[in-house]
Amino acid sequence: MNWGELWPILALSAQVSGIAVLISAVIGIPVGTWLGLTNARLRAVMRVLTHTGMALPPVVVGLLIYLLLSRSGPWGELGWLFSVQAMIFAQVILAIPFVVGITMNSVSAIPSDLALQLRGLGASDWQVRTSVLREASPGILLAVAAAVGRSISEVGAVLIVGGNIEDKTRVMTTAIVLETGQGNFEFALVLGGFLLIAAFGVNALILLLQRSQRLA
Amino acid sequence: MSLNLQRQTSQTENPAQVDMMPMLQVRDLVRNYAPSFQLCVSSLELRKGQTLCLLGPTGSGKSTLLKLIAGLDGADSGEILIQEQPLVTPRSSLAVRRKVAMVFQRPQLLTGTVLKNVTYGLRVRGLAKHHQSEVSRILNDLRLLELSERRADRLSGGQQQLVAIARALVLKPELLILDEPTANLDPAHVALVEMVIKQVQQEQGTTILWATHNLFQTRRISDRTAFLLNGKQIEEGETDVVLTRPEDSRTADFVEGRMIF
Repeated sequence: MNWGELWPILALSAQVSGIAVLISAVIGIPVGTWLGLTNARLRAVMRVLTHTGMALPPVVVGLLIYLLLSRSGPWGELGWLFSVQAMIFAQVILAIPFVVGITMNSVSAIPSDLALQLRGLGASDWQVRTSVLREASPGILLAVAAAVGRSISEVGAVLIVGGNIEDKTRVMTTAIVLETGQGNFEFALVLGGFLLIAAFGVNALILLLQRSQRLA
Repeated sequence: MSLNLQRQTSQTENPAQVDMMPMLQVRDLVRNYAPSFQLCVSSLELRKGQTLCLLGPTGSGKSTLLKLIAGLDGADSGEILIQEQPLVTPRSSLAVRRKVAMVFQRPQLLTGTVLKNVTYGLRVRGLAKHHQSEVSRILNDLRLLELSERRADRLSGGQQQLVAIARALVLKPELLILDEPTANLDPAHVALVEMVIKQVQQEQGTTILWATHNLFQTRRISDRTAFLLNGKQIEEGETDVVLTRPEDSRTADFVEGRMIF
């Protein structure tokens, strides 16, 4: 077991999941907010679609992205197969339904009368939207936490599109698969421990942010 | 209990503060709601410093009319003028809307402290820092000062209603719209709210539009009264006249408790 391999794996995991969650949040929060404020019929359709997205099997997503990015595929020219970009792309596809779906549910749960009453106090449309979004922020933070959980623990898709190449596309989950297969249980358990600590840390931070929001 | 309760001092008895320019004019207002409800108000006019009570049974269209006047909903036809400026649509009328503040029957408050809620309207206008003493005074008048750092969602329903009234009063609106603001309050707090609102009106010349189904309250607080029934304006005039010598038999039935649904 080579402990020197540990830090690059941890750093790459943080990079891939961090960027994937960021992209998912930048796209998913505005889309989810808009859906949360739109008419109930469209929201019902989107709820089914996002919940289906949440249940997408990562290996199937990995397979589809593999076909998309392979040399003979439609996006083959990008040269992303077995790269960090491909892994981030796969994680965004897997995480974004969580961000959109949970954000939409959080925003739509805010009573519609609140927006009307804030407008009745002289708030502009933009100020009303910002205030409603702030009210929904504990739910939006939960959406981000779900996206972090989905992306950091995901193995099937990143294994297929990243290839688990040492020092290039090897992240915690794919390394655990490899080390377990080779019988290096100690290293695999250490990686598993770091994975749990990362998940705990992110969720604890989000809990603190939710608490500070309630007390503000 | 008699209807002849003693009236508190109203603005019409303080002519120095009564301006001749109409604060609010409503003409031929129609708003259709599916499937079968139509609000139809032919004419309302309210001068600065006056209080008009919108009187009517539950479902008569009082809240609907108030939302239209506050610029929170659009009419199908007719016009609403605030200080002779048309209230065109909710989107294009922020400056006009900011002359108005509305208190709803069932308040929705923001997550956070009482103070955060009470200063919301000032913050969206960028005025929160300049009105701290006014905020403290209103909080004190409504017995909320000691609760100012408490979470608003942990307060009782009545206290939340007081917060909703406070957040409108600190804005010093020219037109204050109140939709049954005392419906959730005990008699002592009803008296407190009426007193504080009248005090603010006397100091600032606030014009008040107050929806209620309470005849005693109507007599206590208003100069003029409009009676609404099934979305239609039935009668409008001086409160004493509408309550004691109504022109329309339906108004008389409501005032004398003969209207049974």
